[in-house]
Formats: sequence, C-alpha cells, structure tokens
Amino acid sequence: MSDYLLRRLLYAFPILLGVNIITFFLFFVVNSPDDMARIHLGNKYVTTDAIEKWKGERGYDRPLFYNSEKQGRGKLLDTIFYTKTVKLFVFDFGQSDSGRDIGYDISQRMWPSLMITLPILILGLFLTISLALAVAFFRATYLDTFAVIMCVCMMSVSGLFYIIGGQYLFSKLLKIVPISGFDDGFLAIKFLILPVVVGVVGGLGSGTRWYRTIFLEEVNQDYVRTARSKGLSEKVVFYVHVLRNGMIPILTGVVALLPSLFLGSLITEAFFGIPGLGSYTIEAIQSQDFSIVRAMVFLGSALYILGLVLTDISYTFVDPRISLR
Amino acid sequence: MSFVFLTTDILLFLLIAILLVYGIYALRHEHLFRPWKQVVSRPFSMCAVVVLSFYFLIAILDSVHFHPTIESSSGNDVQHSTRITSVLDLVLGSIIAGTEKTYSAPFSIYAFAKETLVDEDGYMVREYPRLKHAGSHLSEPASRLDDILNRSVVGVGKGLIGWIFFCAIIIFMMSRIQKLAIRGIVKKIIRGQSSLSWRTFFLSFGIIFVLVGIGLQLCPHYHVLGTDQVGNDILYQSLKSARTGLIIGTLTTLVMLPFAVIFGVSAGYFGGWVDDSIQYMYTTLSSIPSVLLIAASALMLDVYLANHSEMFVSVTARADLRLLCLCLILGVTTWTGLCRYLRAETLKLRESAYIDASRAFGAVPWTTIWKHVVPNVMHIVTISIVLDFSGLVLAEAALSYLNIGVDPSMESWGNMINGARLELAREPVVWWSLFAAFIFMFVLVLAANIFADAVRDAFDPRLRELN
Repeated sequence: MSDYLLRRLLYAFPILLGVNIITFFLFFVVNSPDDMARIHLGNKYVTTDAIEKWKGERGYDRPLFYNSEKQGRGKLLDTIFYTKTVKLFVFDFGQSDSGRDIGYDISQRMWPSLMITLPILILGLFLTISLALAVAFFRATYLDTFAVIMCVCMMSVSGLFYIIGGQYLFSKLLKIVPISGFDDGFLAIKFLILPVVVGVVGGLGSGTRWYRTIFLEEVNQDYVRTARSKGLSEKVVFYVHVLRNGMIPILTGVVALLPSLFLGSLITEAFFGIPGLGSYTIEAIQSQDFSIVRAMVFLGSALYILGLVLTDISYTFVDPRISLR
Repeated sequence: MSFVFLTTDILLFLLIAILLVYGIYALRHEHLFRPWKQVVSRPFSMCAVVVLSFYFLIAILDSVHFHPTIESSSGNDVQHSTRITSVLDLVLGSIIAGTEKTYSAPFSIYAFAKETLVDEDGYMVREYPRLKHAGSHLSEPASRLDDILNRSVVGVGKGLIGWIFFCAIIIFMMSRIQKLAIRGIVKKIIRGQSSLSWRTFFLSFGIIFVLVGIGLQLCPHYHVLGTDQVGNDILYQSLKSARTGLIIGTLTTLVMLPFAVIFGVSAGYFGGWVDDSIQYMYTTLSSIPSVLLIAASALMLDVYLANHSEMFVSVTARADLRLLCLCLILGVTTWTGLCRYLRAETLKLRESAYIDASRAFGAVPWTTIWKHVVPNVMHIVTISIVLDFSGLVLAEAALSYLNIGVDPSMESWGNMINGARLELAREPVVWWSLFAAFIFMFVLVLAANIFADAVRDAFDPRLRELN
C-alpha cells in the first residue's frame, strides 16, 4: 500500500511538470510578457520604459529559460520558468500581478467555496440516490418512463436558467432569501441556502438518470436472483443488496471529486457573489491577472491528481477483491 | 453580391460534405445503415431528428456569407458594402419587423418606457409611445387582439396547406421508390405500421409548418418575442444564435476527432513507449480542470487578439476567428475522454483473430489499423460525437456568460442571457429575451439528448460509461 502511494506520488510529479509546461507555454510563449504589459498599461500608446518598469515590478524582466548573464546556478534559476513556474511545485504561488499574496488569498477564499460545494454534494447525493432507487424499484412501469423523461428534460436546461429562475422565484417574488452576497460565520447561512438548493436541483436530472442505470445493472445480477429465491422481500433485496452494491461505483466516483470541491464553481459564485475560489478566478480573468490564473490551473490539476489517488484507495476499502500493489 | 467564406463556414460545409459522403457510403452497406434505421424507427428520436435538421437548416442558411451590393448612383460599376451578411439575414430582414428604440414586450405595440409626447391639443404628456414598426398598420390599438388572432388563423391555414403539399410530395416519392399504391402507404403511415416512424415524421413537420406559417403572418407586423435594450427583435437574435450553438457543438468534435482517433488507436495498437507517451499526454491534459484551462486559454486569446488587431479585415472575421479558437480550446479539453476509450477498445481488438490474420499476411501496421481497427471502433466515435453535442451547446452559454466564450459582437444564446441577466430586476420584468434563449436552447439540447440516447442504444447499448 505505502509502496503504491509512493509510486503514485512520483507519477504525479511528471504530470504536474507537464501541466506547468502547458501553462508556461500558454502564458509566456503565446504572448510575450511585453504583450501582457501592453494590455495592462493600455494597449497602443505605451512607452518601452513603462513596459520595462511593469515587467520589473512583477519579475517578468528575466529571460524565459536561460540567463546567460548570471553565474553558475543562476543561469537556470534566475529565469521566468524557474521563478514563476517551478516554485508552484512547493505551492509557493508568489504575488499576484496586483501585488497581493496569492497563497494567502487562496487559503482565505477556499472555505466559502467549500461551504457551497460540500452541502450540494451531500444533499445532492442523498436525493439522487433515493430518487434513483425509487425509479429503479418501479422499473418498466409508466412511473419509470415518466421519471426518465423528466430527467432528460431537466438535463436539457442550461444551469444558468436554474440559477436565474431560483433567484427570481425565491428572492424577488417570494423574498425568502437574499439574491446574493455573503457574511461571516453563521450569518452566512441565509446566503448559502439558495445556491445550495439551486445546485442540488440542477444536478438532479443527470444524477438520477445515471444512478438509475447503475442500479438497473445491479438488479440483473445473479446475486439479486439468489436473494429473491431465498424468499427475501423485494424491499429487502433493494435496500440491502442492490443499494449496497450500487454504492460501490457511486462512492468511488464521488471520492474523485472531493479535492476539487475546494475550487468551487465559477458560475454559481459569480451569480451569488460568494467570495470563493471560483469568483477569485473570474476576478482574475476580468482584471487579466495572469499569476492568479496560472496558480489556479496548477492547484486545480494537483487536486485532480489527489482525487485519482483517493479513488484508488477507496476501492480497496469498499471492494476487498482489489488490492493495491 | 460577392461571397465571403469565413473559416467556420468552410469547416461547416466540409463537415456537411463528410456527412453526405458517409451517408451515401452507409446506404450501400447494410451493417452501417441498420443502426441508423433503428434510430429513426423510434417516434421520439424521429421527432428529434426533424427538429435537429430544422436547426441545421437555419445554421446553413446563416453560413452563406456575402457582401451585399450597393446601389451606386452611376449605375455602371458594381460596388459592394464592407458589411458581411448572410442568406438568413436576407430572408429574415424581409420578414421580421424593423428595429425599435428600446425594449418592447412580445406582441406589444407600445414601447416599454414612457416618453414625453405632444398630444392633439398641444399639451405635453408622459405616455407610452407607439412602436415604429410593430403594429404600425393598426389604426385602432384596441383591434390588436383581433388582428393577432386573424393573422394566426390565416397562418395556421397557410402552414397546413404547405404541409399537405409537402406530405403529398414525400408520399408520392415513397410510392414511386417502393412501387406501392399511394393508398396503401397512407394507410400504413396513419396506422403507424411503417418500419420507420413516418407518422411522427409528418406530424413533427406539421408542427414546424404551422409555426412557420404563423411566424410568416405575424413577424412582419409584430415583435413576436419582443425586442431587447437597443430595440433589436429577439426572435431574429435567437435564430441567428442557432449557428453559433451548432458550430460549437459540431466543429469542436470535428477538429478534435483526428487527434483522438490517431492517438487513441495507435496507443492501443502499438503499446510500449508510444502508449506511454500518449497516455502521459492525455493524463496531463485531462488533469487540468477544463473550465480553468478554457479560462486561461481564453484570457491569452484575448491578449493575442488585442495585440494583433491589424490582422483582421472586419469585426465579423475577428469574431469568427474567436469562435474557431473557442472550438479548438473546447476540443483540447474534450478529446482526452474519447482517446481513452479508443485506446481501451483497440487493446481489446488487438488480440482478435482477424488482426492476427492481417499481420500474418504481412500488412504494414497502418494498413491493419486503417482497414481493421478503425472501422471497428467507429461506433464509439459516432456515439461520442452525438453525446458531446448537447454538453458543448450548454458550455457555450455558460462560457459566454463568464465573458470567456464567443465574441460579444456575435449573436449567441450565452450572450443573450448575459445581456439580459439584470433585466429581471427591472419593474415590470423584462423576461422575454431570457425566455427566448431558454426555449431555443431547451428545444435544441432536448432534441440532441434524445437523439444521442437513440444513437447509443442503436450502436452499442452496453456503452453506458461514455455518458
């Protein structure tokens, strides 16, 4: 097990290096630092001095890969690739283009994101699994057909409309919760209700349909027939046997998502004005802050890889036939 | 007029050409033809096919671009406007009522905002002014409802007449091809006994004909779906947006398909270091959360376009390039999934006897791949193309909302939602542009989802994971 984990961590290293090379290519080769400076300083009528000053303040005035003016190790270390990219490996995000500490901002803003994504995941999982189980229980009846049609219809509505409709209905017409905003501590709850409800409802269609197919596959397995032939009631067969075995693919699928919950959702946070990492990314895009976007891309891939490792580990817990070597 | 071919136009026509060639090829090969027959034998998916082809027709009309001719005073030399319009603009321009000053509700003949007007006695009053185009033929505002009803009834009638002609032509052609009596064919269709669900086909066309008929009667005199902030007709915008949505949904797959197929199949077939490096490549790409990769690329694209503004002859060409780049970016984030499935499937195929036989006959690897592997993984490709479509249409709206989607000057449902999101806060509520974007997107995505399900069931019902 520990061998396996070590190997996975070592395998993560070249992938993160690849991610770094992609972001480096995107941010410094497609557009040179000069281009970025020009955008920030107002496009056409910019003096070279101003560009040099902007680059100097943010540390973009070094060569890309190889610094021939320096001695010894400085030749490789005093370059943009090292200072801006390699340092991400130790999660040293450095400063944003506007001079703030990115690491501190991220550590502050991931909690509001988590306060939305975690309830959505838990509530959504509970609701979709119960619904899917009920639909699978009534399989091949009109109820089943109706539920599948409803699911497909719900899947076909853009997520934007769930948010707009929810805000209009609950905040403007019924005035139950505020439209958007955020507060510290327990006061945040009234701002969190609507995004969580909208998030759960928005995922209901695809989730229910997907879990329904998983349960239906289980229903046709041999062990279900055995359980029935032992004389167990259909309810017991469903809630004990089918549910348990169906949970294996569902739970392991969910584990892969867990680390990414910290990143939040860009759309939800933009609509509800929640100061999480999603809106952090959007603000960075709108103010064209390259350092923040680069840091978020790196963080996102690191969390994704962590999710894959966690998935593998969770398999060993729920399915004793699998062992990691 | 002089025709202009934007890059996405060319790619769209290329796609249609590929589909045509594939269609003709499939018609001659029973094993390719049968699954498609199965798809259109279900009533739901037949309806979806009709709806999808209607959207495609709009998109194709909107993809034939040209510079319109300007009437010159001398009369001899032909001059072209620098503006780029499409055939759809030409058609709709003659049908849809002109631009108003600002918002107006659907079917309204009054503007949304009050203005200071001078009444008959010379007094200044704050009133809702009449619209410039909508309802200008009405002398009595009170007769509006009657007028709308009359026109709708006429529209339904005209639509039904058109539909009957359409049905007659199709049924006549069917009787010629199948060499059966017209009576027998009609009886079969009405009873729903035909092998393909022709009844649904004609019924869905009936609904489209009636809707178009009503539209043709009402649109020149009213804004059926209202107007937006600068007075543009919403129906016109929604129809124009169909092209953007369909281009994103189809070209993204078209540009990523060669990479996914070549990399996926060769990783599975050759194994060894080829497999390792391709796996490394797609693991790296797929480990970046797609929305972040899209955001980063869109940001860089913005900077690039801003610094190279001299490259573009017109705003349309610039918006078009941005659309194409968005397709490329979305393609980079979606090809990894397909690549992984193709690799796994090729690994399975590699062990089969006919591949061994091909190798034993001394065929070079690429011949074996092209002749024996690729045809046997094509069903996965087909399924993933249609499954990805609806997700891409929805992604366009979300990305345009975040300002990392298509160019703001381009009509798209995402831009419509983005422009209308604050209008719900108005009093009274401006709901119609959101409503229009909702309906048009919902119908397209629903049709695409139903179609995709049918295609998956017809080609490989076991392939659940691709969802």
